[in-house]
Amino acid sequence: MARLGEVVRAVRSKNAGPFMVTVDVFCGTEAAFQRVNAALPAAAVGRLYGVDPERVGRYELPAIRVVKFSFPRPVPQGSRGDRDMHGAQWAVLLAEAEFEEPGESVR
Amino acid sequence: MATRVLVPSGVLGLGFDRDALRRAAADKPDIICIDGGSTDSGPYYLGTGTSKYAAASVRSEWRELLDARAAAGCPLVLGSAGTCGTDGMADRMLEATRDIAEDAGRRLKVAVLKSQQPVATVRKALKAGRLAPLAGTPEAGLGEEDIERCTNIVALAGAEQVAAALRTGADVVIAGRATDTAAIAALPLMNGEHAGAAWHGAKIGECGALCSTKPMSGVIGLEFDGAGCTVEPHAEGARCTPESVAAHMLYENADPFILHEPGGHLDARGAKYDALDERRVRISGSRWVASDAYTVKLEGARLAGFQTTALAILRDARYVANARRWLDRLEAFLAGEIPVRTGLAASDYAIEFRLIGVDAALGPLEAKASDPVEVGVLAIVTAASQETASEIARLANPFLLHFPLTDEEDLPTFAFPYSPAETERGPLYEFALNHAMRLDDPMEAFRLEVAEVGCGPSR
Repeated sequence: MARLGEVVRAVRSKNAGPFMVTVDVFCGTEAAFQRVNAALPAAAVGRLYGVDPERVGRYELPAIRVVKFSFPRPVPQGSRGDRDMHGAQWAVLLAEAEFEEPGESVR
Repeated sequence: MATRVLVPSGVLGLGFDRDALRRAAADKPDIICIDGGSTDSGPYYLGTGTSKYAAASVRSEWRELLDARAAAGCPLVLGSAGTCGTDGMADRMLEATRDIAEDAGRRLKVAVLKSQQPVATVRKALKAGRLAPLAGTPEAGLGEEDIERCTNIVALAGAEQVAAALRTGADVVIAGRATDTAAIAALPLMNGEHAGAAWHGAKIGECGALCSTKPMSGVIGLEFDGAGCTVEPHAEGARCTPESVAAHMLYENADPFILHEPGGHLDARGAKYDALDERRVRISGSRWVASDAYTVKLEGARLAGFQTTALAILRDARYVANARRWLDRLEAFLAGEIPVRTGLAASDYAIEFRLIGVDAALGPLEAKASDPVEVGVLAIVTAASQETASEIARLANPFLLHFPLTDEEDLPTFAFPYSPAETERGPLYEFALNHAMRLDDPMEAFRLEVAEVGCGPSR
């Protein structure tokens, strides 16, 4: 088993406006992109972040070997209960998620 | 013809490579554009109408940019003055410009573009069905009361309003809230450059050198023409690569291919990024898709109570190992004691604890467990008044200091880092508006004021 962060070059997250957060997975190599792209459906990311998978936008950018996810913040930025004003530490959760063999989905 | 835009850095107050700026200004760009704001630091700044950056940083950088403008002999545009872009922040930048121009013995024509919206205007737009929620806006519908409770509402100006300010012949444009891209896209669009490239290049350049291999260096040049845009970093050793440039379309952007702006959207699905050499990248193939209706985005922040915080540190190994159990017990105790001692209902206040060293950043989503050396216990109290919030924090104080893990043991005493342990955070604000407002005329929600400042020879 490997952690996603060990397979890819970088995972980054940030607010996309006060009500959305976006997570960018920079895979680095073509092989890593293929592996991550296959193992990381929107549903897996929704589960990880506690968000309805139907509200998770998923984007593939093969030219720069990136998979990107955008979803509504459970708590709007800065409202009472928000733990991370910039949403930038959320990336860690995905970076530390493990590939599960076989079938290789990330959890 | 080409239009050359110089972007000194991603935001005024963050600094830039001075040598790169000097070289780039000497190269005579057609315009210098810098952004001054964002919602990224939270609702407090819009709620209070203040800037997140030190006035000294903003002023000293603005002085350097005014000097660069004089050397380049072109207009200088600031978008989203003072973080939140309220009228007060635009006026403050005008005053700074006046002081600097007087010191320098320079006469300047300044156009101030104001973006703030009266509550009555937004209420009227709601009634007329001219407001629509944007992606991610909480499900509950927007009511008149939500608008009335906002302390400040701003509309984000686009390229049309910045162009109107430039058409006054101003040496300096100070814009209230504007989209990150508007200031950069305005002149290329006025000059008839490729519209898709104008918006795409503006998005790539809006954070300065963040689209390069040397993100802290700031200074970026964008050359727009009838077919595309060329991006070039100006700092020594900095490079733009197709990947560093393409990656910036992802940044703070939910959809990496579509960028909504007043009057339409950028569609970058067909974009190409080609390396011209080691340092420069050519962007082409993007399309601008004009919308039927002209809309601008509204941002509003409202007061959501007052907060007082307290911090204790657990270092005792047994308490560290049992921090969660200890906190559950403390929370249950306080939930019983606070209403009894104060007469407040549970709905009159909120007390939230975060265990720093355990899961303070991610909360229930945290998947990792380890043995920290110590655990910080941050209590955040929210109530309708500062006095009530502080009273509850004081009530919690002795228990935060001495609460035991079981009833049958000596009372512990944890570490308070300062006295008093409570800190008044002041008002809490929340974002309340994330809506598009339809306009009949792009200038209808904006005001343009022109002033002559300084003394001595013009420009």
